[in-house]
Amino acid sequence: MTEEVKAPKKEKIPRQKMPEQKPEVRRHNFDEVPLGYTPELAMKEAERCIQCKDPRCIPGCPVEVDIPGFIKLIKEGDFEGAIRKLWEKNALPAVCGRVCPQEVQCEGLCVIGKKDQPVAVGNLEKFAADYQRLHGRDVLPPKAAPTGKKVAVVGSGPAGLTVAGDLILKGHDVHIFEALHGPGGVLLYGIPEFRLPKAIVAAECNYLEKLGCTIEVNAVIGRSETVDELLERFDAVFLGVGAGLPMFLSIPGEHYIGVYSSNEYLTRSNLMKAYDFPNYDTPIVRGKNVATFGGGNVAMDSARTALRLGADHSYIIYRRSLEEMPARKEEIHHAEEEGVEFMFLTAPVRFLGTEDGFLTGVECLRMELGEPDASGRRRPVTIPGSEFVVEIDTAVISIGSNANPLLTKSTPGLVLNKWGNIVADPKTGKTMKPRVWAGGDIVTGAATVILAAGAGRIASNSIHDFLTYGW
Amino acid sequence: MFEIVERQELAQGTIISNWIKAPKIAAKAKPGQFVILRANEKGERIPLTMADTDPEKGLINIIYMVIGKSTALFKTLQVGDSFLDVIGPLGAATHLEKVGKVICVGGGTGIAVLHPITRGLKDMGNHVFSVIGARSKELLIMEDRMKAVSDELMICTDDGTYGHKGFVTDKLKETLEKHKDIGLAVCIGPVPMMRACCNVTKEYNVHTLVSLNPIMVDGTGMCGCCRVRVGGQMKFACVDGPEFDGHQVDFDELNLRLRSYLPEEKVSYDQFKAAQGHQCTCGS
Ligand SMILES: Cc1cc2nc3c(=O)[nH]c(=O)nc-3n(C[C@H](O)[C@H](O)[C@H](O)COP(=O)(O)OP(=O)(O)OC[C@H]3O[C@@H](n4cnc5c(N)ncnc54)[C@H](O)[C@@H]3O)c2cc1C
Ligand SMILES: Cc1cc2nc3c(=O)[nH]c(=O)nc-3n(C[C@H](O)[C@H](O)[C@H](O)COP(=O)(O)OP(=O)(O)OC[C@H]3O[C@@H](n4cnc5c(N)ncnc54)[C@H](O)[C@@H]3O)c2cc1C
Ligand code: SF4
Ligand code: FES
Repeated sequence: MTEEVKAPKKEKIPRQKMPEQKPEVRRHNFDEVPLGYTPELAMKEAERCIQCKDPRCIPGCPVEVDIPGFIKLIKEGDFEGAIRKLWEKNALPAVCGRVCPQEVQCEGLCVIGKKDQPVAVGNLEKFAADYQRLHGRDVLPPKAAPTGKKVAVVGSGPAGLTVAGDLILKGHDVHIFEALHGPGGVLLYGIPEFRLPKAIVAAECNYLEKLGCTIEVNAVIGRSETVDELLERFDAVFLGVGAGLPMFLSIPGEHYIGVYSSNEYLTRSNLMKAYDFPNYDTPIVRGKNVATFGGGNVAMDSARTALRLGADHSYIIYRRSLEEMPARKEEIHHAEEEGVEFMFLTAPVRFLGTEDGFLTGVECLRMELGEPDASGRRRPVTIPGSEFVVEIDTAVISIGSNANPLLTKSTPGLVLNKWGNIVADPKTGKTMKPRVWAGGDIVTGAATVILAAGAGRIASNSIHDFLTYGW
Repeated sequence: MFEIVERQELAQGTIISNWIKAPKIAAKAKPGQFVILRANEKGERIPLTMADTDPEKGLINIIYMVIGKSTALFKTLQVGDSFLDVIGPLGAATHLEKVGKVICVGGGTGIAVLHPITRGLKDMGNHVFSVIGARSKELLIMEDRMKAVSDELMICTDDGTYGHKGFVTDKLKETLEKHKDIGLAVCIGPVPMMRACCNVTKEYNVHTLVSLNPIMVDGTGMCGCCRVRVGGQMKFACVDGPEFDGHQVDFDELNLRLRSYLPEEKVSYDQFKAAQGHQCTCGS
C-alpha cells in the first residue's frame, strides 16, 4: 500500500506486522506461531516510538522497564545494549515478550495508540531477547564476591527463577528446589510449545546453572524436606510454589473418561509430551469434539492444544461474553483464526456419558448478563428452560487454580489468607515466618508471569538486605 | 539418577522387586507412602508404593507387577542401571496407632503395599492377623516378610495350590467372626478384592482402610487426574490419600477411571513388545 504523503512531515510508519505461521498450517503443529521480527522489521518498528519525555508506557509495566530506552537502542542497532536495558528490570524478557498482556499494560497506555496502533513493545522485547539468545556473545555478567550466605528457592516458576538470578549475582549461594522433573513452573508444564518454546525456558534455566545456581528437581518440599529443615541449612528461604490446585465445576459427571482439568490436559501434552504418543509413553485422549470451559489464557491454550491433537471441533464454553474474557487479546485472536468455536453466555450443568464411563456430551444452559458484580463485571444469570446438549468426547475444565496446600500445610508459622494464599508484605515479600519470603501466584492467587517475576525482584532485594545488613 | 542395587524376579517373573539408591527418600519415607518413577526421558511417571526402606543404606524397595509398557520397561532395568527420576515420598503416611487387634488383608501386589503398614501396626503393639492371597502358589509374594510382621498369617489361593482354596474374603470373614474385638481392617489389592473386603467388614462394622491406585501424573495435587469420590466428596488420592475409609469409597468410579487409556495402553505395549522381539543393535 502506498500512501500519498502531502505534508513534508516524516512519513508515518505503520505498526510492523509480526510474521506468523498461517492458521490452517499451525493448527496442526506445535511450532511457535509468531516467527519473530527480522532486525530490519524491529528497527523499523522501533522508529515508531517518539521517545516521550514523560512516557506513559513505563507506569503500565509492572516492573517499570525503561521502554523508550531499550527501544531507542534497537533503533540504533545496538541489540546487545537493548537486552541489557531490559535485564535491568526484567530477568525473563524472552518469556515476557511472548506472554505478557501488553494490551492492558505498556501498549495499552502508549501515546501512539491514541490515534494509531501502539508501538509493538512486546514484539520488540521478544526480538531483543531472541537476538541475544541466538546471536549474542555468551558472556556472563559479573558476579559479586561470595558472601558465604545460602538461599533456598522453592519452586522454579518465574518468581523463583528471578530470585535465583538476582541473588546469585549478588554473591550468595542459591539452591532451587523443584517438585516436578524439570524446572520452569507453568512456563514448562502449562504454557504450550506453540506459544512459548521449551527451548527458551531451558535456556533461562541453563543460564542460572552457568551462573552457579544449583537446580534440584524431584524435590517436593513439604514431603521430601520441610521448610523448617531447609531453614537449618539455609540462611533464607523463598517460596514461589505457584497456584497449582485445579478447580473443578462441581457438576455431575466430572469423573467421566475424557474430562480433564486444564492442568492435567496441558501437563500431559507439554511436560509429558503426550502429543507425541506413542513415541513418548504418556497418553492423552485425542477428542474429535472438545469443549474447554473458561475464558482465560489457560482456556485458550487448552482449546488450541485440542486442535493440534486432532480435534474437528474445539469449543470454548464461557459464562459471560467476549468483552469479559480475561485472556490476552492476541490469544483470543489466534484461537479464532485457528478455528476455535466460541459459545458465549453458556454454562455447563452436567456431563453425559456412556455406561462404561466415556464422555458423550455436556448439558448447558444459556445465560444473560445481569447487574454488575463486585468485580465490576456484569453477572451472568441463567435463562430457565434453555437447556441444550453439546456433543463432546473431551472436556477441559479451565476455570482457575487455587493455592496448593501441600507445602503451606506442612509449614507451621506461615500465615495464610482465607483462600489459602501465603500472607506476605507486598513491599518486601516477607512472610510472617522469620527468614521466609514468598512471591508469585502462591501469594496473589493465579496472576501473570510479570507479576510473579516482579514479586521475585522485590523479595530478592529484601533477602539481599537481610543477608547483608541483617534486616 | 537412581541406581538399582538389588533386583529379584518373583511370581515367575510377573512381579519384580528392586532396591534403589535414594537416600533422601529413604530417610523420610513412612508406611503408606509412595514414589513416582520415570525410567527415561520419554517415560511416563509411574506411582509405586515403597514396600520397604533401609534408611541406613539409603535404599528404597519397590515391588511391582508387570502389566503394561512402563512396568515392562522397568523390568528390563538390571542391577547397576538407573531410573532417571524418583520422586517422593508422596502421599499421606498411614495413621498408625494401637487399636488392639487388627487384620491386614493383601491380594497380588497389594501385599507389597500392605507390608510396611502391617509392620507399623505390629510395632505399635497391635495383635496382627494377616491374610494374603494370590491366584496360585507360584504367584504369591512376600510370604516370609509378612509372616515376620504378623502374629498369625493366613494364606489363600484361588486354585487351592497353597493354603486355603478360595478368596481372602473367606478368611477375613472367618477371623472377624472369631474375634469380635478386631478394631481395624486394612485391605489392599485389586479393586474388586478391596470392594469385596469392605462389604464383609461393613457387616461387622469394623473400620477399614484401603489404598487406592488411580492413574496419576504429578503426584502433588496439581493436576486432579487422581480424583476419587470418598463420602460423596472429590478427593485427590496423591495428597489426601492414597489410603481412605473403605466404607466411603466409590469403587465404581475408581474402576471406571482406571480404564481411561485402555486402547492407548495396548498400542504402547504392543509397540514395545514388537521392538523387544526384533533383536536389534540400535541400543534403544
Ligand atoms: C496454561 C497457562 C497459561 C498462562 N498464560 C499466561 C500468559 O499468557 N501470560 C501471563 O502473564 N501469565 C500466564 N499464565 C499465568 C502465569 O504462568 C503464572 O501467573 C506464573 O507462572 C506464576 O509464577 P510462579 O513463579 O508464582 O509459579 P509457577 O509458575 O506456578 O511455578 C511454581 C513452581 O513451584 C513448583 N512447586 C509447587 N509446590 C512445590 C513444592 N512443594 N516443592 C517444590 N516445588 C514446588 C511447581 O511444580 C512449579 O514448578 C498462564 C498460566 C497457565 C497455567
Ligand atoms: C499410589 C499408587 C501406588 C501403587 N503401588 C503399586 C505397587 O506397589 N505395585 C504395583 O505393582 N503397582 C502399584 N500401583 C499401580 C501401578 O502404578 C500401575 O500398575 C502402573 O502405572 C502400570 O503402568 P504400565 O505402563 O505398566 O501399564 P499400563 O498398560 O499403562 O496400565 C495398566 C493399568 O495400570 C493403571 N495405570 C496406568 N498408568 C498409570 C499411572 N500413571 N498411574 C497409576 N496407574 C496407572 C491403569 O489402570 C491401566 O489400565 C500403584 C498405583 C498408585 C496410584
Ligand atoms: S508511550 Fe509509546 S511512544 Fe511513548 S515512549 Fe512509550 S512506547 Fe514510546
Ligand atoms: S496425580 Fe495429579 S493431582 Fe494427584
